[in-house]
Amino acid sequence: MSTTAISQPVERETYLNKEYGIWSWLLTTDHKRIALLYLISITFFFFIGGFFALLIRLELLTPAGDLVQADTYNKLFTMHGMVMIFFFLIPSIPATLGNFLVPMMVGAKDLAFPRINLLSWYLYIIGGVMMVHCMLTGGVDTGWTFYAPFSTNYTNTKIVEAGLAIFVAGFSSILTGLNFVVTIHRMRAPGMTWSRLPLFIWAHYATSIIQLLGTPVVAVTIVLVAAERALHLGIFDARLGGDPLLFQHLFWFYSHPAVYIMILPSMGVVTEIIACFARKRIFGYSFVAFSSIAIAVFGFLVWAHHMFVAGMSVYAALVFSMLSYAVAVPSAIKVFNWTATLYKGSIRYDAPMLYAFGFLGLFTIGGLTGLFLACLGINVHVTDTYFVVAHFHYIMVGGAVMGYLGGMHFWWPKISGKLYPEGWAQLAALIVFIGFNLTFFPQFVLGYMGMPRRYYDYSHMPEFQVLNVLSTAGATVLGVGYLLPMVYFLWSMRYGKPASDNPWNAAGLEWKTASPPPTFNFEEEPVVTWEAYNYEELDAPRDEEVPIVG
Amino acid sequence: MIGLHHEEEQHPELLHHFAEPQQQRDAASLGMWAFLATEVMFFGGLFCAYLIYRRWYFGDFGAASKSIDATLGAINTAVLICSSVTVVVAVWAAQTARKTLLVAMLAVTMLFGLTFLGIKAVEYTQKFEEHHVPGPSFSFDHVPIPRHPGEYANPRHAEIFFALYFVMTGLHALHMVVGLGIFSWLFYMAWKRRFTPEWYTPIEIGGLYWHFVDIVWIYLFPLLYLIDRHP
Amino acid sequence: MTEHTASERSKSSPLKLYFSVGAALLAGTYITYRAAFIELGPFNAVVALGIATIKATLVVLFFMHVWHAGEKLIKLVVITTVFFLLLLLGLTLTDYATRPWS
Repeated sequence: MSTTAISQPVERETYLNKEYGIWSWLLTTDHKRIALLYLISITFFFFIGGFFALLIRLELLTPAGDLVQADTYNKLFTMHGMVMIFFFLIPSIPATLGNFLVPMMVGAKDLAFPRINLLSWYLYIIGGVMMVHCMLTGGVDTGWTFYAPFSTNYTNTKIVEAGLAIFVAGFSSILTGLNFVVTIHRMRAPGMTWSRLPLFIWAHYATSIIQLLGTPVVAVTIVLVAAERALHLGIFDARLGGDPLLFQHLFWFYSHPAVYIMILPSMGVVTEIIACFARKRIFGYSFVAFSSIAIAVFGFLVWAHHMFVAGMSVYAALVFSMLSYAVAVPSAIKVFNWTATLYKGSIRYDAPMLYAFGFLGLFTIGGLTGLFLACLGINVHVTDTYFVVAHFHYIMVGGAVMGYLGGMHFWWPKISGKLYPEGWAQLAALIVFIGFNLTFFPQFVLGYMGMPRRYYDYSHMPEFQVLNVLSTAGATVLGVGYLLPMVYFLWSMRYGKPASDNPWNAAGLEWKTASPPPTFNFEEEPVVTWEAYNYEELDAPRDEEVPIVG
Repeated sequence: MIGLHHEEEQHPELLHHFAEPQQQRDAASLGMWAFLATEVMFFGGLFCAYLIYRRWYFGDFGAASKSIDATLGAINTAVLICSSVTVVVAVWAAQTARKTLLVAMLAVTMLFGLTFLGIKAVEYTQKFEEHHVPGPSFSFDHVPIPRHPGEYANPRHAEIFFALYFVMTGLHALHMVVGLGIFSWLFYMAWKRRFTPEWYTPIEIGGLYWHFVDIVWIYLFPLLYLIDRHP
Repeated sequence: MTEHTASERSKSSPLKLYFSVGAALLAGTYITYRAAFIELGPFNAVVALGIATIKATLVVLFFMHVWHAGEKLIKLVVITTVFFLLLLLGLTLTDYATRPWS
């Protein structure tokens, strides 16, 4: 007889232990398992994209093009962009945190179409395999923007294959968006009115609208490019009187809203984190909600600001420039609301909050530099320089990825049932912040000074080397910062402290069920009678003990 | 839990994550409409390209358009309209438990669809024989621009018209083929008497898809076939 | 669904409606075809696209049951989609229509 005479408690059934075996994962329709399938896949692609970034930064350590050949360098920045955008950033938050949390936050048992959810993951994987194959057999050298006529007529690289990979992955994105829209409309629990929804849901709803309405346009553009290459149709061919700018219009009609696909979910994450770690209702809930929708709609009105110097009409450029100023307004409204939420809040500096603070500052810088670019006069000088590169990395990495990491930390206890080591997480957040700024701030200066982007050799401007070296050093630090969470998250799965239902004492339906949740999310269907972000109630002194271990 | 059992017995088609059949129906309907929204934008990109080039090269497009058979195009339009009528009658048949009529309407719809594709095949063959398929063997020499005697269409611009013609009608035809596949499955299920007035959701959302394909053609016909026909 | 209710109300009226709409669509096709061969100047395009839009609207409202839809959501989806399509066409046109060179 063992000395611990108390019998072991029966292990509670969760979505993780309900079934074992590879097929129970590969054929699952549980949104939570699908979220984890996505998590593994997008992390894989993040490292591939990061690997290309590393090679780019190594090449740029010296002014001469001495690490790789020019054509190879073209392939490096192309593959970096394509992988990071289509196979990491666009799915990142929606397919992992969104898939996991959307049903739970609205109080449902699953998404509206669980099998379509699984299909969307398989489409992502198929697109990913095609992209990997494309990379291994020569890759693409057109830039992720694959402009005609280079992509349609002149390059010898594997455009059609890469295009089809993105087409298939795009379908995955469309199906995720479709699932979210229908779930949010049709599957809300009793009492969960639109104005009681977490702003994470509003953000994902807005994101889904963009996915549904924008992605098909780039899909048909890819079809046209593929048709032009494979069948010699000549729609963008200037020799036939075609207009290469038409390609750019069709391409950017999606690819600009795509950046809002990448940032809106992150804004949703940050909203949840700030409310929780300031212990306050979000200031201006309806402003934040409507700003999310406004960003989605306005985001479709500004695409030609990527084409100011391409040869489009200057009058149209004026229109798009003014619209581009307007699109900044709802984002600014959100920044003001987040800041106002922090004011007189009871602030805790846990790792998720550190990422949220990082987001606030870096997204603001990235967003403001967008306004520089929207100004036609300035745009002429900084377009196609490192200024643009820095601008979008501030938003995509300083904004979107910080939000993603913050969200992963915030919901990790819910997802895994374990607590990550807080000290290491705070250190990692700091390393990421320092590394990020060291990598990308010098690039603003470089761009302003005139260093062009997509150049492997800058030996005609050797004075740029110092800033490039700083940038590469920063990239190394950033890499360390990204590796740390990988290590301690994995560590915590085995050795982490078990998490309670609600270790953060946060608002939201997902915190009212166990960590990790049971397969059908809730023991009983929730009935919502309270407003969102009811932190006053949550922090009010309670009579009974709250159990700590789940 | 007891309530759930009751629902399951009463509604065998109810999926576990829905509370009641109406919710499941509403979700399916919204899902199909959202999908059709994506399809509108998909074709929309092509309509955008078409619009730009038609403005730029109206004369050349007019000449090219005249060389495709407007009568066949009009007949195909009528065929699709009739197929939409049979689809909507099929939905009504499902609603009112007229199972034989349902099967018949699904079959007739598919026949119309096949007729459409057959006529398209005739048209494509004509274009192939006339060397109007874009690519190395394309030729469009000495074709007069309508209402501009003495002027001839620029073959390069005409090639753009035909590129758009083949991509737009080709993608449309592809959607028809998918529609035929969907309707074959619906036909099989209806044959097996699987649909009831309680549950005929696949018919309804399959019908929505079919109507969408019809609407695309309603626009393709005047835009491609009737640019500049009058003397 | 509401068309379930509509057909409960009267079993035969949907069929009359469907065949009337079908006839209208066929008539519209015929008119479009004939009008194309008549000189109408710039209105040829207007007539052709106008009739096409009427036909599409009839299909959406009556064949796709949007007219009888109980809640406004589906109507909102249709209107939003058309809006974004027009945005794509319209804003792209701002470039092409204002280029001083051709």
